[in-house]
Amino acid sequence: MTTAARGVAARGVDTPGRAQVPARRLRSDRWWLPPAATAAGLLAFVVYGGVRAFQQQYFFADERYLTPFYSPCVSLGCASEPGAAHFGMFLPDHPLIPYAALSLPFLLGFRLTCYYYRKAYYRSIWIAPAACAVPEPHATYTGETRFPLILQNAHRYFFYVALLVSLVNTYDAIVAFRHPTDGFVVGVGNLVLLVNVALLWLYTVSCHSCRHVMGGRLTHFSKHPVRYWLWTRISALNTRHMLFAWVTLGTLVLTDLYVMLVARGTITDLRLIG
Amino acid sequence: MTHTGRFRLWRGDAEGGALTDFDVEVNDGEVVLDVIHRIQATQAPDLAVRWNCKAGKCGSCSAEIDGRPRLMCMTRMSQFAPQDVVTVTPMRTFPVIRDLVTDVSFNYAKAREVPAFTPPADLAPGEYRMAQADVQRSQEFRKCIECFLCQDVCHVVRDHEENKPAFAGPRFLMRIAELELHPLDVADRVPAAQDEHGLGLCNITKCCTDVCPEGIKITDNALIPMKERVADRRYDPVVWLGRTIRRRRG
Repeated sequence: MTTAARGVAARGVDTPGRAQVPARRLRSDRWWLPPAATAAGLLAFVVYGGVRAFQQQYFFADERYLTPFYSPCVSLGCASEPGAAHFGMFLPDHPLIPYAALSLPFLLGFRLTCYYYRKAYYRSIWIAPAACAVPEPHATYTGETRFPLILQNAHRYFFYVALLVSLVNTYDAIVAFRHPTDGFVVGVGNLVLLVNVALLWLYTVSCHSCRHVMGGRLTHFSKHPVRYWLWTRISALNTRHMLFAWVTLGTLVLTDLYVMLVARGTITDLRLIG
Repeated sequence: MTHTGRFRLWRGDAEGGALTDFDVEVNDGEVVLDVIHRIQATQAPDLAVRWNCKAGKCGSCSAEIDGRPRLMCMTRMSQFAPQDVVTVTPMRTFPVIRDLVTDVSFNYAKAREVPAFTPPADLAPGEYRMAQADVQRSQEFRKCIECFLCQDVCHVVRDHEENKPAFAGPRFLMRIAELELHPLDVADRVPAAQDEHGLGLCNITKCCTDVCPEGIKITDNALIPMKERVADRRYDPVVWLGRTIRRRRG
């Protein structure tokens, strides 16, 4: 079938002069599966995260476990769970303002502008393109040259804030070892928080902007041996950035779920020490 | 073991063409290019196909096999089942000349737009000295065999012919990165990468990396570092201030 017969404007692979192949796409494998799975995974996280961020309940368990979705808990509403607010309470308690409104927008921005997630949602949500050598449906394309996508260039600033939030999450995981009445204790929840924060660090420091800031921007590595060493280590982690991106989405949900279930009394946190 | 394989080859020229079926002998250990040559030798002596080394090093036999940009000489027949129909078309981003041969002069034009290696003016040829650590990033990009599969698969030009004047494509953005990261290149290539070679059009969907037969990490090691350098200049006031005060290159 020719271009004219398909009623398609002569663009892309149908541009005059190129080989007039009867189908715009000849891939016979299941090319649609990765973008479909990616879209489903991202959507599931957004729905879960959205519901939990605005739920304003069950975010603090056993008087010491604070879920990362509510960290730092800086809303006046955090007063409902004494001990949850490690950094003061100053944001108004409003149903439309998450208790962690100080960090969540930046963490969302960090993931939205992340070079891996950009690939993920450009392919799976925006279909530009859905898969390699699969024609995209858009008539025009300007990439990241115009507003709003030119804002992707702010990724490094979200990275800087994400570093601070990782420090806060680390603090949360450490102070969770201290129970207000029982003193030093170790429960399964502590291990959950520790694993989650360790993986969050791996995702954060394996970021492409981190790689650039630590040493990638240099032209003469030999003049900066420490930064070169950091660059090599971050480059090694960077090859697994996609893996960390997905694993941390999973651990964030599982950590939050664990804290929520303990807070609701659905399950009991198993004490290992103390 | 030998079996009869089914091939569908695109045959035609810029005026038009069609997929043509061939039943052809396939032997163990063969690659797609071997079978194409057998078709040429036994059934279609006028079949046009560009090839040279048959070893994945010359970059001549680029085509699309079952819709995926590949080197014909590096695509083993053993990956197909005997009953599979193997469809081979020319690269679909460039104008076709005939059958499986395309006009890749777009790439040569883009190559000429990239200013050559620019060493310091006071450094004579033969006096170049550099540490391995400084030059190794650029060396990865020297593996490029210029098969132009990355250019073929990049949707910026594959799906949008109108972007061709403004977009150098991954191969030549990588060339710019190679020179920009080179310790002895003193040309300032960052503004031109964004303004003249279309780096901003790249949305890092990594198809160039996926199809590279040399396994070059084009996106992670060339395009993203260049995007970060553009961000240094254009979108990061802190780095801009630092550069302005210290006036030195890393």
